[in-house]
Amino acid sequence: MASVASKLYSDDVSLLVLLLDTNPFFWDTTSTTFSQFLSHVLAFLNAVLGLNQLNQVVVIATGYSSCDYVYDSSLTSNVSSESRGTGGIPALFGSLLEKLEDFISRDAELSQGDEHVDRIASSLLSGSLSMALCYIQRIFRTGHLHPQPRILCLQGSPDGPEQYVAVMNSIFSAQRLMVPIDSCYIGTQNSAFLQQASYITGGVHHAPKQLGGLFQFLTTIFATDLHTRGFVQLPKPVGVDFRASCFCHKKTIDMGYVCSVCLSIFCEHHKKCSTCGSVFGQSKLDGANASSSVNDRKRKAPDS
Amino acid sequence: MSDWQVKYKSTVKDRGARGILKLREGMLLFVPNDPNSDSKLKVLTPNIKSQKYTKEGSNKPPWLNLTNKQARSHIFEFENYQDMHACRALITKALAKCEEEPNKPAAVLTSAEQLSIADLELRFKVLRENSELQRLHKEFVETKVLTEDEFWATRKKLLGKDSIRKSKQQVGLKSMMVSGIKPSTDGRTNRVTFNLTSEIIFQIFAEKPAVRQAFINYVPSKMTEKDFWTKYFRAEYLYSTKNTAVAAAEAAEDEELAVFLKPDEILAQEARQKIRRVDPTLDMEADQGDDYTHLMDHGIQRDGTMDVVEPQNGQFRRSLLQDLNRHAAVVLEGRNIDVDSEDTRSVAEALARVKQVSKADGETTKDANQERLARMSRVAEMEDLQAPQNFPLAPLSIKDPRDYFESQQGNVVNEPRGAGTLKRNVHEAYGSLKESILEIRTKGLSDPLIKPEVAFEVFRSLTQTISTAKNIIGKNPRESFLDRLPKSTRDEVLHHWTSIQELLKHFWSSYPITTTYLHTKAGKLKDAMSNSYSQLEAMKESVQSELRHQLSLLVRPMQQALDAAFQHYDADLQRRAAKSARGSAGEANGHWNYNKGVIIV
Repeated sequence: MASVASKLYSDDVSLLVLLLDTNPFFWDTTSTTFSQFLSHVLAFLNAVLGLNQLNQVVVIATGYSSCDYVYDSSLTSNVSSESRGTGGIPALFGSLLEKLEDFISRDAELSQGDEHVDRIASSLLSGSLSMALCYIQRIFRTGHLHPQPRILCLQGSPDGPEQYVAVMNSIFSAQRLMVPIDSCYIGTQNSAFLQQASYITGGVHHAPKQLGGLFQFLTTIFATDLHTRGFVQLPKPVGVDFRASCFCHKKTIDMGYVCSVCLSIFCEHHKKCSTCGSVFGQSKLDGANASSSVNDRKRKAPDS
Repeated sequence: MSDWQVKYKSTVKDRGARGILKLREGMLLFVPNDPNSDSKLKVLTPNIKSQKYTKEGSNKPPWLNLTNKQARSHIFEFENYQDMHACRALITKALAKCEEEPNKPAAVLTSAEQLSIADLELRFKVLRENSELQRLHKEFVETKVLTEDEFWATRKKLLGKDSIRKSKQQVGLKSMMVSGIKPSTDGRTNRVTFNLTSEIIFQIFAEKPAVRQAFINYVPSKMTEKDFWTKYFRAEYLYSTKNTAVAAAEAAEDEELAVFLKPDEILAQEARQKIRRVDPTLDMEADQGDDYTHLMDHGIQRDGTMDVVEPQNGQFRRSLLQDLNRHAAVVLEGRNIDVDSEDTRSVAEALARVKQVSKADGETTKDANQERLARMSRVAEMEDLQAPQNFPLAPLSIKDPRDYFESQQGNVVNEPRGAGTLKRNVHEAYGSLKESILEIRTKGLSDPLIKPEVAFEVFRSLTQTISTAKNIIGKNPRESFLDRLPKSTRDEVLHHWTSIQELLKHFWSSYPITTTYLHTKAGKLKDAMSNSYSQLEAMKESVQSELRHQLSLLVRPMQQALDAAFQHYDADLQRRAAKSARGSAGEANGHWNYNKGVIIV
């Protein structure tokens, strides 16, 4: 799919799709404020656009209940009149901030009903990944001349196991399209989804500890285009957390049952697979082991 | 009687010495009539490698040529063919008996020595092609850890496939018709010579069952094989001349010849049966324009002459179409007998047997007939005349694809989770977010964006991370650790892997130990495995320090498997020792008298 033909561009033209985490419940709990975070990110975007005249940047906001496109550098209607008055903000990002604000209000409305849900406060990563991939697919179909796309996921919220299937599907689509998913995790816990995403698609994963130097992290690691990565050493995680979440309860599990037809994962023995409908037979050794014949073990990659 | 008057020649050109050939137990004796000549001969039957003889039909005298193992040939000229055939048969019998005897003691030998040359060659070939296999073979079989048989026992597939390839391909029949074989004519002596090979005989018998039947009936009771074929070819000649008058005349004279001249009754009967079995719903209406039926041979001249049919001699004609069809049918059937012998009679009988069998199978029983009739009525039914049929309907069930997606989210169990149970204040959270945005819009990007110390710290930590990661993992995340090892170590590791697998395979297959053979085998395998283990340890020591850790990780599963095998071996030994100690005192359990100390590697 990608780029035999993008040789017609110079090698380092890139399209960066940034997935910005705007989960308010996460930003409530961090020490860095959202505005500081935003300033690092905006400066980073500027830097990327400055690297090559033909570079493109698309920003998708990942909210709590919804996702939306917030900025597209290839559109001409980016410069809004309002921002010219105030100092400090590059004129380019006036519309970004405007749209971001609108998005947050809409998201707030959508989240009104969710006050009592005992759900891990995760952002809608699967939704924004899908939107990013759709945009990239559209770019592929515009013809031969297009920049090399990649996805950068700036995430702080923890993983929501209920999104496991959707996220894995997006990751595999990205792998098929040969689009690397870089991930920068700024939260406190480990994100298995992001680690797996970067590992499978061949992207870079990093979890910076100090958010004060976020801009430096972003420009050192994530600003390199795909061609340059061939001769630049980027940090690699030593191990990848390959744990899956079960399809029935969405819990993260280490050992479980796997349907031999569709490979869906369950944490307890079922009579019938809920995904493909195949009936599980009785195992011959019906004893201490649970009576399923499809016992499987998920392995963790060696950690050092 | 096993004495014949013969002339013995050592070569073809030799005039030959007259004498008596005697066949005795295990040898052949020739005593010349002239006591002064020194061509006395004694040939031991095991020494006879092959025998050749002249055929009856040729103009040569009846000779039997024996070649012995030293490649000397002895030619005996018999008085008549009958003698020669009798002698030949006796010699064949004697030879067969000789071959049996050495085979009987061979059955006692182990299977390894009964391997034919072909098998050995096959094994060599497989070893030559696969160098890894060869290495394994050298390591184990030559150090007597495993025997040849054990080594190849699990690799039957490798050997078997080759031999299948080498097996004989079944040869079909020639598509050239028998009647296309032209005889050689000798204009001077007015003789026509036909060359008959067994292939041609087979084809004739297959195509013309009447001829075959006649052969079985007439030969050798009424006439010899040579006469039979002479008559047959005379009949063919008569056909080819298309002289029906002469044909009729000769048929009237010679009863046997008439058999060849009249149409084949057996074939006709078969055809009639087949016609009866044709499905009546088959539409055989020929195209009006293609009217071949009243023109003999489709108007194609068989021998280039125009012919006029004489009705009274019509039975002496045969059409090209009939011949062609029959020949085609036979060729498509293929070679359905396996008789490969020279003897015409056995070929004929085998064919007759096959025909009997197929006829018995083809006979339609009453039930089969009924079934056919039912099937025909089903096919030939007319829709207008059928009663309206109300088939039971099954309800259509189309699943809503949204069910799939919803089921994925549906079963979230409501369990209280640690920090998430607090009722979240949505409004507040979003409010603070909006404030941040407002802040940045008014104030702009923070200045300075990043403090220099912080930036420096970031660089330092990144560099450290990258350099340590490089040491552990390597430049390319996809690169495997094996590629970083020096080549010799890498090859050694891989070889150890395959050899340990081989050893473990044989080791585990020899449990439970029931015979002494298995016991010794397990012991030998265990020694080989300990050897392997110590080699692995040595390799770990020899490698550079930075690779050592990864190498030991790589080698660990092999060592674990070996440890498990050792444990099992020792546990089994202890169990046997305990059992034998408990057993009756009178038993001589010398085998199990091993050290009880556990061997720890």
